[in-house]
Amino acid sequence: MKKKAFFAALPHCLPVCTGFLFIGMSYGVYLSSLGFSFLWPMATSILIFAGSMEFVTANLLILHFDPLNALLLALTVNARHLFYGISMLEKYRGTGRKKWYLIFGMCDETFAVNVSAEPPEGVDRGWFYFFVTLIDHCAWVTGATLGGLVGGLLPFDTTGIDFVLTALFVVIFLSQWLAAKRHLPAVTGVLCSVAALVLFGADNFILPAMVLILLALTGLRKRIEREEVQPQ
Amino acid sequence: MSMTFPQMAATVALVMLGTVITRALPFVLFPGDRPIPAYLKYLGRVLPYAVTGLLVVYCLRNVSLTSAPFGLPELIALAVITLLHLWRRSTLLSLAGGTISYMLLVQLVF
Repeated sequence: MKKKAFFAALPHCLPVCTGFLFIGMSYGVYLSSLGFSFLWPMATSILIFAGSMEFVTANLLILHFDPLNALLLALTVNARHLFYGISMLEKYRGTGRKKWYLIFGMCDETFAVNVSAEPPEGVDRGWFYFFVTLIDHCAWVTGATLGGLVGGLLPFDTTGIDFVLTALFVVIFLSQWLAAKRHLPAVTGVLCSVAALVLFGADNFILPAMVLILLALTGLRKRIEREEVQPQ
Repeated sequence: MSMTFPQMAATVALVMLGTVITRALPFVLFPGDRPIPAYLKYLGRVLPYAVTGLLVVYCLRNVSLTSAPFGLPELIALAVITLLHLWRRSTLLSLAGGTISYMLLVQLVF
């Protein structure tokens, strides 16, 4: 059962693994440039597993000790995960003790794959989600550790390879669009995010975007649910 | 470095705690067989679509449309992804095509 789920999950993870190996490496290289041994990128990527927050953590570690700030930063930078949890509440039900690892490892990319991928017929859902999470996690830790070990010694120009994760979200967006009967939720997400980005700027737009999305989806509930009952 | 090892370990632990809280909160509030309110179920159905849109915008947040190259590498790569995906509906092909064209654009053209 586990073997079947592993091989079903593997192809879904290849794009994420590519991105994670290189971005993980740049994280490890960054930490080694700040004077940390490879054990730091390795340990932090095992324990935190949230890419952007780990870069922020690196900057916290070279400043003065400010525990409250560290906690508050993690809560705000990662607040978008609340939406992932709400989206996965039903999907992750009945997955047993694996559920706690699924929740621990629910980074952007793992969430995006698990929320949109359908495990093939005869494959256990829980184990499928588990292996998607675990393979992504391993790729991230491997990249970060390698980056910490080798420093900046890559043999070819990888500028732009991090675009693979942007491309992944775009492809998932397109697949969802093509599969969905209604497009109002997707349009709402894009419009609210762009509006928040324009109003609040690139560094502070996630929380306002989340509030706008919540307000818009709440206001549109009647209309969206009416469309759900009457498929066009 | 101005922190002691225990202080650094505590910082990492607190970041880990904050991250886990944002991921676990909905599951802690609605464990096992506790019924999920209709409103949250509705959000659970529509948020995946809205949040993917948010993630796309999040990835492109630092692209400047007012200074060179005016977001052109991103725009062209997005067009390549969209056309490839409409044509073959193959995730790996769309991803590889989009990423490779982006890398060529930023390394050789812009």
